[in-house]
Amino acid sequence: MPISYYLALSAVLFGLGVIGFVFKRNIITIFMSIELMLNAVNLAFIAFGRALGQLQGQVFVFFVIVVAAAEAAVGLAIVIVIARNRQSLNVERINLLKL
Amino acid sequence: MTPQLAIFLVLAAIAVAGAVNVILQRHPIHSAISLITVMIALAGLFLLLESEFIAAVQIIVYAGAIMVLFVFVIMLLNAGAEERTNMSRMARYAGVPLAIFLLIELAYQIGAATLSMTPQPPAAEVTRGLSMLLFQDFVFPFELTSILILIAILGALVLAQRGEGVPAKGGQQKIS
Repeated sequence: MPISYYLALSAVLFGLGVIGFVFKRNIITIFMSIELMLNAVNLAFIAFGRALGQLQGQVFVFFVIVVAAAEAAVGLAIVIVIARNRQSLNVERINLLKL
Repeated sequence: MTPQLAIFLVLAAIAVAGAVNVILQRHPIHSAISLITVMIALAGLFLLLESEFIAAVQIIVYAGAIMVLFVFVIMLLNAGAEERTNMSRMARYAGVPLAIFLLIELAYQIGAATLSMTPQPPAAEVTRGLSMLLFQDFVFPFELTSILILIAILGALVLAQRGEGVPAKGGQQKIS
């Protein structure tokens, strides 16, 4: 079966991640949309690596997963600080930089 | 229809349904569970692409560690349902159709542009070759990631520790 099926699925998942990032109001759900986009990119990496017969794509996926883990730890710590200070997870109330 | 195509279609349907459910659910814990199903379906797709190591890492690290962290934070903060906001007129009449158009166009263009690509015969001993690459060609980035993780741990500790003046918060109020 052609690789383009996997790439089309990856594009759909990435698009859904973008839509969630734009439309959702809860900061944790926005964060989960970012993880969804990272997963879609991982699928594209592995599909391309399979199409080219190389293993470098899988190495990239490995690094993406490591960076996503670090990002989740720091990002969720930021979410905890925001929730503690503002008593809200709604991004429309987190407007400290707004004039 | 080959069995591979059938498995692909089932897993792809699960992944897309889970991703749509992440967006549609209003409670963050439901979104998190949906995202876990997406990740498990993607691990199945990785198996279909003959990358067993990444499939295992996907389940252990992504579904097992990162999403548990998400669920833990949702429960720690006692996060309630998302507040319903009336979408502005522009978001409703321009945003939603444009988002659906973006999805279809992206999938169609990328799928059409790469239609001639076919999978190469799989390399023998994929995991062995992967570890050779990781510890020979990519050993310097690999060591750098350990420093990255150390910095991330320190950053998370510094950010999330309770400051001097902040009183401990008891109570069961929901944060939305």
